[in-house]
Amino acid sequence: MFAGQPLAPRHEQTISRFGLRSLLPEEVEVIAGPGCPVCVTPTVALDRAVELALRGVIVTAFGDLMMVPATRMSLLEAKARGGDVRVVYSVSDAVEVARRNPDREVVFVSVGFETTAPTTASELLRGVPENFSVMCYHRLIPPAMELLLGIGDIHIDGFICPGHVAAIIGVKAFRIFAEAYKMPTTIAGFEPNDVLLAILMLLRQLRDGEAMCENEYSRVVREEGNLKAQQFIDEVYDIATADWRGIGRIPQSGLTLKKEFEDFDAEKRYEFTSMKHVDINPGCNCHLVMIGKIYPPECRLFGKVCTPQKPYGPCMVSSEGTCRIYYKYGERPKL
Amino acid sequence: MYEGVMATELQDVVELAHGAGGVAMGKLIKEVILPLIDRRKVDGGIGLDELDDGATIPLSDGNLVVSTDGHTVDPIFFPGGDIGRLAIAGTVNDVLMMGADPIAVACSMIVEEGFPISDLKRVIQSISDTCNEAEVALIAGDTKVMPKGRLDKIVLATTGIGIVKGKVISDSGIQVGDKIILTGTVGDHGIALLAAREGISFETRLESDVAPLNETIKAALSVGGITAMKDPTRGGLAAALNEWAKKKGVGIWIREEDIPIREEVVAASEMLGIDPLEVTCEGKAIIAVRPEKAEEVLKKVRATKYGRKASIIGEVREERPRYVIMETVVGGKRIIEEPYGEPIPRVC
Amino acid sequence: MDMCLGVPAKVLEIRGEKALVDFGGVTREAFITLLDDVKIGDYVMIHTGYAIEKLKPEEAEEILKMLEEVNKS
Repeated sequence: MFAGQPLAPRHEQTISRFGLRSLLPEEVEVIAGPGCPVCVTPTVALDRAVELALRGVIVTAFGDLMMVPATRMSLLEAKARGGDVRVVYSVSDAVEVARRNPDREVVFVSVGFETTAPTTASELLRGVPENFSVMCYHRLIPPAMELLLGIGDIHIDGFICPGHVAAIIGVKAFRIFAEAYKMPTTIAGFEPNDVLLAILMLLRQLRDGEAMCENEYSRVVREEGNLKAQQFIDEVYDIATADWRGIGRIPQSGLTLKKEFEDFDAEKRYEFTSMKHVDINPGCNCHLVMIGKIYPPECRLFGKVCTPQKPYGPCMVSSEGTCRIYYKYGERPKL
Repeated sequence: MYEGVMATELQDVVELAHGAGGVAMGKLIKEVILPLIDRRKVDGGIGLDELDDGATIPLSDGNLVVSTDGHTVDPIFFPGGDIGRLAIAGTVNDVLMMGADPIAVACSMIVEEGFPISDLKRVIQSISDTCNEAEVALIAGDTKVMPKGRLDKIVLATTGIGIVKGKVISDSGIQVGDKIILTGTVGDHGIALLAAREGISFETRLESDVAPLNETIKAALSVGGITAMKDPTRGGLAAALNEWAKKKGVGIWIREEDIPIREEVVAASEMLGIDPLEVTCEGKAIIAVRPEKAEEVLKKVRATKYGRKASIIGEVREERPRYVIMETVVGGKRIIEEPYGEPIPRVC
Repeated sequence: MDMCLGVPAKVLEIRGEKALVDFGGVTREAFITLLDDVKIGDYVMIHTGYAIEKLKPEEAEEILKMLEEVNKS
């Protein structure tokens, strides 16, 4: 039985959008991993963004964050209650909102991994208007993968690593999983052929008893990655221990703004009412699903309290979350 | 409920999703609106319960078809059309979907104080041009003005009236074995508007395809064998097909390769991370037709101005009742979910 | 089997820190601050409005060859 774990939601999106699961033989299973920045963003970020929105600050964020349940309400629910919440496609669009509304405060909820971190860094380095600030909740993929492997007794036989994260940090950042952890590893692009080929590469490694780090996305990903982007990250952020929703605290797995950019850190610029931030709602098992320890139907709330219309846990919100896929297809689709 | 988790239970306000033609709107109608209305149909006719494109009032010889619609769009003038054309075409198409000949429309206008008269003239002219194209008369209307800032420019509400001499065509007519014809490309309208919206700007040659479908539907009906018709608007093709599958408890199987879609819509949807099947459509219809008549209907529809790119996209089956299943370009199969609300651009 | 390997954006114009790129019928400005010497005609991978890497066409050929071999076997 082979369980591959794609770590990027775009992989999971490709798998579900093209119905690749229905093409795979019975013994091959693909479990969505903790790679979706929406699912792993701690609720403190969302709760504070909601609070700012309801206080009249213009809150901008990627569409992915809009429906994620937080402690009191999601950003979309805050919008329905008068909060000025706007979806943007890029941090540069958020900066544009700030330029066009000089008399308003504008905050960008900056989430995502090594792929989006340099884009926010680039804006801060280029210079942003005074009324603009950032809530910085970027996370790093490799530390989370190492934590996964440390948990033991997870049913994962191979990793499918996110192509665009690798485009930034290079193939070299993922070699440790094959060499030190003996885990078959591939870096894959996001077309159906890329994902199917990556799965084939992992199966061949398993068949031959090997553990290598293969780069299927060679048309984009280089060994060293994008050095300029890496330099931007080093200039703007420090690496620090960070909380991952549903998984907990992972050392050296988050990015925080350096001192020189403190003026643009929304969490230093604004006061927030202290409240209990509920990361994992009582009874929710998303964190076990995310690391492949249990399957969604094994969670008591699945399909009853927790449905796509009223998502209770992060895995049910994003259309790439494992629970959403199981709810939609009802187990593996026998189509 | 669980202590401290009231957020997802705060459902006591109207949200944008409630107006987006998907699951949220369906729930609002079934759980909040319908239960409060006692008299929901004229005896013998189709009424509110059927939630069809239009309702019917039986006459001595034939049926009167009535449909009503509200129109809000941002921006109100967009490539390929405007709120005036959208209002008339939308209402006329709903009447056509019941197999009726549209004869008249009524239109109520609510305008914001300070709205330029020149823009008002443009909207009215567009309403008139579209009425002419659809050969319907604008026989009744109303105008109200709201204080500046209390309404976003202008809102139109229209009612369409038509006559059905023969059999009324309603969603309940669809049968196993029917082929499904889509009269043109999906998502043009939704993507053309997204292109203009702040925060997600991109340029495209794409124009809205908003149009009255009189010629196309008349051509289809002339062949016969039509069992059901629907014009996908908000919620796109996904919402329309799911409505049929759930109403009749049938399985609807479609093939991605056969769905007509413009290159720009594919590129924009890919860039924005949204599913083109959920993007708002205009000026399109899905037609369920008996298999033996399908090819002939397709030929006739393709000969009409708004039916050039029509295609048979799938069929109605017994397997997987209440589901819409799509065979993807790489051969895999995928369930097409009913959209919850408006598709929101995503990045990961 | 669809042999498409993705539709990266093609650079149409360079505009200082930005480039006008074509996603296949849809054009948009994207920032090229994360890359060096982007030229007209290059194919770049865009993520949230930024070009994060240049596409190497010769690598794409190699993957296509591998897929051919997979389809034959």
